[in-house]
Amino acid sequence: MPGWPGHRAGQHVDVRLTADDGYQAQRSYSIASPPDDRDRVDLTVVRVEDGEVSPYLVDELAEGDQLELRGPIGGHFVWDVETGGPLLLVAGGSGIAPLMAMIRHRVARGSRVPTRLLFSSRSLEEVIYGAELDRLAGRADGLEVFHTLTRSRPGDWTGYARRIDRDMLAEVGFPPEQRPVCMVCGPTTLVEAVAQALVELGHPPERVKTERFGPTGG
Amino acid sequence: MDETQLRLDGNAAAGILGEVFVHEMSAARGACASCGGIAPLGSQHLYMYPRSPGAVLRCAACQDVLMVVVHAGGRYRLTLRGLTWLEMPDAVEAATEA
Repeated sequence: MPGWPGHRAGQHVDVRLTADDGYQAQRSYSIASPPDDRDRVDLTVVRVEDGEVSPYLVDELAEGDQLELRGPIGGHFVWDVETGGPLLLVAGGSGIAPLMAMIRHRVARGSRVPTRLLFSSRSLEEVIYGAELDRLAGRADGLEVFHTLTRSRPGDWTGYARRIDRDMLAEVGFPPEQRPVCMVCGPTTLVEAVAQALVELGHPPERVKTERFGPTGG
Repeated sequence: MDETQLRLDGNAAAGILGEVFVHEMSAARGACASCGGIAPLGSQHLYMYPRSPGAVLRCAACQDVLMVVVHAGGRYRLTLRGLTWLEMPDAVEAATEA
């Protein structure tokens, strides 16, 4: 990445594609790799059927192709080890991407900040970074991972099996008295429901930071 | 699709704001001229349709328009009447605050 200045966990890049006729399409993608990997940037792209950008990135982009990137962007939805904790991360689907950068950054720096991830996916097959999360949670260094599967579950599933709600956040999250930093990323409906529930549980709104995907248009 | 489905966070406007301002603007705080609420622009509500020429930032508390940024016809136009003030961290502060 020529000229890449380094990023902070939680930041995104804008990817711009230009067609032969000059038509341009631009989308924002969160960076999933930690700032500590200085020579690379990982993006998590979910292919949206009928999308303008994601089918190209997933199906056609080949190694060695060049992309127009702008970034890193953003200074609000970020978390550094220095920010401290406890840290509550709540993700829906590919909303895991910027939170993964935070988790990986935490590991790279050897931080033991108490961190809990509550991750909503439709099915076990759709859990992004599932194996890596299992491995990192197994280190017992203060990271705990909780899954909820909203659409289908394996027969022996013992985790949550519904959309994230206030009761789930009360069980998984830190009590407001511990003043956790709460970072929420996912589809707009999930983010709105989670942010509202966290405030109802007593977390100050300024401790609840959100990143909505919205209608991506792919 | 109702309007709330189209809502993003101000974070997503940081790119276009970065074309206009020297500072990283999602961390900049602004005061809403309508309700007086103070919050980082990154936490406000953003409406930026995929093919829209610009971005509309609305106050997350009262929904009034704070700022409109349009880039079209070779110019940027900023409409700022919804903000009483804007405050951004300088380089030293930005490096230390979360």
